[in-house]
This record gives sequence, structure tokens and C-alpha cells, in this order.
Amino acid sequence: MHPAPPVIAFTTLSGLGFGLLFFLGLGLPAVTGWVAFIFYAIAYALAVGGLLASTLHLGRPERAWKAFSQWRSSWLSREGCCAVVALLTMGLYAIGAIFLETHWPFLGALGAALSIATVFTTSMIYAQLRTVPRWNMIPLTPALFLTLSLAGGALLAGQESKATGLLVLAGLTLLAYWHQGDRAFDTSGTTIASATGLGTRGQVRAFEPPHTGTNYLLREFVHQLGRKHAARLRVIGFVLAIVLPLLCLALPVGGLALKHALAGLAVLSHIIGVACTRWLFFAEAEHVVGLYYGKR
Amino acid sequence: MTDLPTETTRKMGLVIDLDTCVGCHACVISCKGWNTENYGAPLSDQDAYGADPSGTFLNRVHSYEVQPEACGTDPAHAAQLIHFPKSCLHCEDAPCVTVCPTGASYKRVEDGIVLVNESDCIGCGLCAWSCPYGARELDLAAGVMKKCTLCVDRIYNENLPEEDRVPACVRTCPAGARHFGDLGDPTSDVSQLVAERGGMDLMPEQGTKPVNKYLPPRPKDTLAAQGMEQGAGDIDLLAPLLAPVTEEAGGFLGWLDRALDKLPGGQS
Ligand code: SF4
Ligand code: SF4
Ligand code: SF4
Repeated sequence: MHPAPPVIAFTTLSGLGFGLLFFLGLGLPAVTGWVAFIFYAIAYALAVGGLLASTLHLGRPERAWKAFSQWRSSWLSREGCCAVVALLTMGLYAIGAIFLETHWPFLGALGAALSIATVFTTSMIYAQLRTVPRWNMIPLTPALFLTLSLAGGALLAGQESKATGLLVLAGLTLLAYWHQGDRAFDTSGTTIASATGLGTRGQVRAFEPPHTGTNYLLREFVHQLGRKHAARLRVIGFVLAIVLPLLCLALPVGGLALKHALAGLAVLSHIIGVACTRWLFFAEAEHVVGLYYGKR
Repeated sequence: MTDLPTETTRKMGLVIDLDTCVGCHACVISCKGWNTENYGAPLSDQDAYGADPSGTFLNRVHSYEVQPEACGTDPAHAAQLIHFPKSCLHCEDAPCVTVCPTGASYKRVEDGIVLVNESDCIGCGLCAWSCPYGARELDLAAGVMKKCTLCVDRIYNENLPEEDRVPACVRTCPAGARHFGDLGDPTSDVSQLVAERGGMDLMPEQGTKPVNKYLPPRPKDTLAAQGMEQGAGDIDLLAPLLAPVTEEAGGFLGWLDRALDKLPGGQS
């Protein structure tokens, strides 16, 4: 699949933003006033920024509002609805925290649940697609999105012990996702033989593509460029997203300033690392339509 | 809502005969011709006369080579080239419809045709992601999703002569490799053709339940095998046709032939 920057930015940033909102909704940390303002500003910048980035990916962004209508059948529509309701609920909760110095625990819990549900709906947009075996792994794909979002949220919320545990969990999920994903296409049962229905007659080989040039399908679904760097990028992504933040958290340092600097480094490294693994999430995903072109 | 209808009254679709398709691409051209001028946004091209041309097509013809396995009685079976037209299969369980967030993609209850309402489409591309067959293409100029409409603006069009009320590709195919009809009616011509020839689904494991069916190629290349059975090895198919019809020339040329023969030194 073509690793389109808007989609990578969207899943990375809004995942982190909603992860942070989840912890804020639970009162972790139970901040008020100016401090709360900064926390919520970061969370909303990430969540809303990600959502806006995703609209850049649309052919007709001016009609994006129409996407709220099909929540009964479409995960993409559910995601849009869920995101808006989560942002509104947490917005109300934030007003209480920032201006009234009060926390409404029920509203916060509801907002937290909606925030994490939004991440789940995002993951299901990909996980539902049978046409992309590497994504069509339930529960691994949703687990990957959820653990990364929670780990990033905990890091941003300064919940050190929780962040450590969640980072380890996210790291393990990522490894499992890669391990199983590498086998997904071959075990999906879709081959050039089933695609053409000619498999019983012999070995099928794509002889001539429909056109000498490229097309939308090849550009969108058969992204082979850069896959050769996949192994290296996995290591880089894993180190930046998981290992380095874990080290930053584990280092026994004294000064508050140093501690904050390390926390900042952990967050930054985590964001870049997650973006890197998200790039791989798309670039490594193979769509079955490639089979018609004799490609993967 | 883009829920799928539980049942459609009819299941209109195509039956494509892989045995007779000669890969001429006439259906590709007539499809693009009709559909760029009629239903919805035109099918745009990018850099059409430049170095890297590409464009939106609703029907594309692939070609595959099938190499049968060697076996004892048939150690060197010839490979077969199969031309393979592909357009939307108007699936009964169309994933492209249910993933659509706007309701722009829908399946009609009356005839099962899968269509895109272009004024609702936001061009998110998710429906194309969900289609295993590559039947949907996002038009780069219009920013909306394009797909085969089964020429919905031809098949019911009373302004067209009756013989033209079939999809453009079906009407144009010089080989008669494309058939159009109601696959939900077991007595229809297309259903009988499918039953007779063992029509098949593409990627049945994807669970889309395509309406369009493909007729498998009939076995070919048996002449060489026959030759081998007779111990004749390679036989020349055309040899009998090239044998002279008559040894004796008649008419004027015959007279000339004989006259020249009579001249001294004529008959060698
Ligand atoms: S062939 Fe593709 S576009 Fe057509 S109905 Fe089936 S899934 Fe949808
Ligand atoms: S591209 Fe258009 S038709 Fe396809 S899923 Fe998106 S909104 Fe629906
Ligand atoms: S027009 Fe007919 S013979 Fe030519 S490529 Fe299309 S289906 Fe095949």
C-alpha cells in the first residue's frame, strides 16, 4: 500500500492525542488551571491535527462532513463520529478542569472510554480489509494501535510506571504483529491461481499487464519502493518507539530539569519511532490486487 | 445507509468467456468511450501524450500464460495464453459498499448493480482498498471514485435501438466473448451458459460472491498430442491444403504449356 504522508500523520498523531486524552479523562494527572490548559492544548493539537491531516488525503475534502452518516455499516464513518463525540465530551471535561478547577469523574471516564474507542475504530478501518492480509489480523492490528496509543498517551501524561509497562506491552505486540504479518499473505489463501481461476490448469504467470504505463491501482496498492529497507526500518522504528523511551524512563537521574529533558526526549523519540513503524505498516502491506499484475 | 440489500430482485451481470476472448482491447476502448461521455464525471487521463501517461479505466484486459504441469503421457505440453478482461463483478456481498462512510457507494435492489453516487463521494478511496479485484479507480481530475456501472445508462435507455441496450463492451466485442443478462434467473441464457461451461468465481475465498462469472478456456493444443500418438511427431497442418489440385493444366495455359514442350529443347 502507498504510504501516504497524510494517513501516516493521521494515525500517528491522533493515536497519541487520544491516548493522552484517555489518561487526562481518568484524572492521570488530575491537573487544573494553566497546567491543565497546556495538557489539553497538546492533546487537542495532536488529535485534531491528525484528523485534519487525514482530510488532505481525500479527493473531495469539502464534503468530508458527509462521512458522519454511515456509522451503521462503515468503520471509517464510525471513526469520524466517535472522534467528534470524544472531542466534545473531553472538551466539556477540560472546561471544568481549566476554568472551574473541578473534575467531573463520570464525564472524564466517558471521555476516556470514547477516546480509546476512537483509536479502536481507526484500527478497524484497516483490520476489516480482507484484501490486505497483513492488516486483516484481528485482534493483532487493533491491539497494535491500542497499545501504541496508550503507551504514547502515558508518556505524554507523565505516568512513568504505567508508561513503562505499556511500552513493553506495545513492543511485544509490535513484534507479534511483524511476526504474524510476514506470514499473513501466504496463509490468506489468495493467490494468482484463485485470482484468475486458472490455477487448476497449470502454473499461472502474468504475461502482459493491461497497459504499458502505470495506473491508480499500481500506485495505490503495489508499493514496492522502499520495502527493501524494511528490515532496517523495523530496527530503527522499534528502538526509537520502544527501547529509547524505556531507557529514558529507567535512567536514575536526580535533577528535575534533567528528568524533564529525558521525558521530552522519550516523547520525541517515541513519536518519530511510531511514525516510522506506521510508514512500514503501509509500505509493507500487500494488497491482493497486485496478484493480477504478477506483483505483491 | 450503505447496508447491502439482503436480496436483489435480479442479478444483472456479465459472463466473460476466456475461451473466445482474443485480447483485442476493443471492450476497453468502447467502455472508456461510452463512460467518459455519459454517467458521471469523465474518465480523465494524466499526461496523455507525455512520457508517463496514465488514466482511469473501468475495464482492463490482462494476459496470463498458463503452463500445464509436465506428466508421463504429456511431457511437454504447450503453454496457453489467456486474455483476461476484468471490470467490476457487481458482487452480492460487496465490501466496497459497506466500507463507504458517506453512502455514496450502493447496491441497487432492483438489479443488483453497484454504483457510486458521485455527488456524495468524498474520494477517501477506502472502497477501492476493499475491492479485491481492482475494479475501482479514483479519478485524479474529478477526485471521485469511478467504477463500472454495467452501462446502467444504456441497458434501460429507450432512446437507443433495442440491440444497443446492452453494456458497451458487450455490444462491441468482436469475438462474442462477453454476455450480459440476469444471473439470478436460472433459465436465462447467461445462467445456462454458466451451467453448461462451468462458469467460475474469481477469488471465491474473499467471500464477495461475485455476480459476474468467467467461463474457463477449453483445452487446446491437442493436435501435437494426437500427432505423437500416431507416431507422426510434428505434423504439418497445412500440407494437405497445399497439394496441387490437378497435375494437368487446361485451357490456354495448358495449350501453351504443351506447345512450348514440343519446341526443340522444351521437354527436359
Ligand atoms: S468487484 Fe469490487 S467494486 Fe465491484 S462490487 Fe465487487 S468489490 Fe465492489
Ligand atoms: S471513495 Fe467515495 S464511494 Fe469510495 S468509500 Fe470513499 S466516499 Fe465512498
Ligand atoms: S472486446 Fe471481446 S475479445 Fe476483445 S478484449 Fe474485450 S472481451 Fe476480449
